[in-house]
Amino acid sequence: MLPLILFYLFATVLVLAAVAVIVSRNPVYAALSLVLCFVTSAAIWLLIEAEFLAIVLVLVYVGAVMVLFLFVIMMLDIDLEELRAGFTRFAWLGWIVAGVIVLEIAGVVLTGKLGIDVTRGAAPLPANYSNTQELGALLYGRYAYPFEIAAMVLLVAIVAAIALTLRHRPNLKAQDIGRQVAARASERVRLVKMDSEHRE
Amino acid sequence: MITLAHLLTLSAVLFALSVAGIFLNRKNLLLLLMCIELLLLAANFNFVAFSRYLGQLDGQIFVFFVLTVAAAESAIGLAILVVLFRERRSINVEELDQLRG
Repeated sequence: MLPLILFYLFATVLVLAAVAVIVSRNPVYAALSLVLCFVTSAAIWLLIEAEFLAIVLVLVYVGAVMVLFLFVIMMLDIDLEELRAGFTRFAWLGWIVAGVIVLEIAGVVLTGKLGIDVTRGAAPLPANYSNTQELGALLYGRYAYPFEIAAMVLLVAIVAAIALTLRHRPNLKAQDIGRQVAARASERVRLVKMDSEHRE
Repeated sequence: MITLAHLLTLSAVLFALSVAGIFLNRKNLLLLLMCIELLLLAANFNFVAFSRYLGQLDGQIFVFFVLTVAAAESAIGLAILVVLFRERRSINVEELDQLRG
């Protein structure tokens, strides 16, 4: 009974936070609500015993992606009023599409077209079962090549993000270490021979 | 007891909310990216739920890869956003009409 109560609690918070993400006036609040969404989702994933992904969700999303979002929000000087103008113009269309999606999914799930009994609980796991260990065995076994491709995707993302945002300002006075090391005294000091001046 | 129906319903509501969010915030590129993150979270919910209730761990591996790709996507998306803001001083999607689309 307790897991169900906790599920409803977290699900309520999750849905409210999702509403806050899409309607909040200030992007900072939207980002913080999204953090709340991820944390409550992680809690629900813990309830259905997917511990590894719950932790990964908190570490990767809350720890990295959302911090990146917050950095970008605070870096940009956005004119909010202009972006909010006409906020509700297509809202009716949005809510209709959302309602249709819910009806479609409910139609698939609740009419038994899925071929599985959706009203039963999950089979209990053995006492010394480790979700992380099992996932690791799969990830480094059967899914080793996709795992390496994922690493490659992340590498490309890092390079692309840096290459896109790197900029060279024309009159920036920065050190060029290579030129400093390669400098010779003969290039820097020039001795000039000239006659001494005579006072009149 | 938490059943599969509970999780699927929650994920459907989350998915629908984020689709509605894409319609509501259609001008703000930053909020569009956030709505996409929410959409991917809803999809991940289904993967985790089915993986747990069908006793197949492969679904959770998929969530792992979706998280990876989503992180890469948001990193590149935000980089493009920053470059765009430097060029145009605005992130309004409606002003992005240089290609006459």
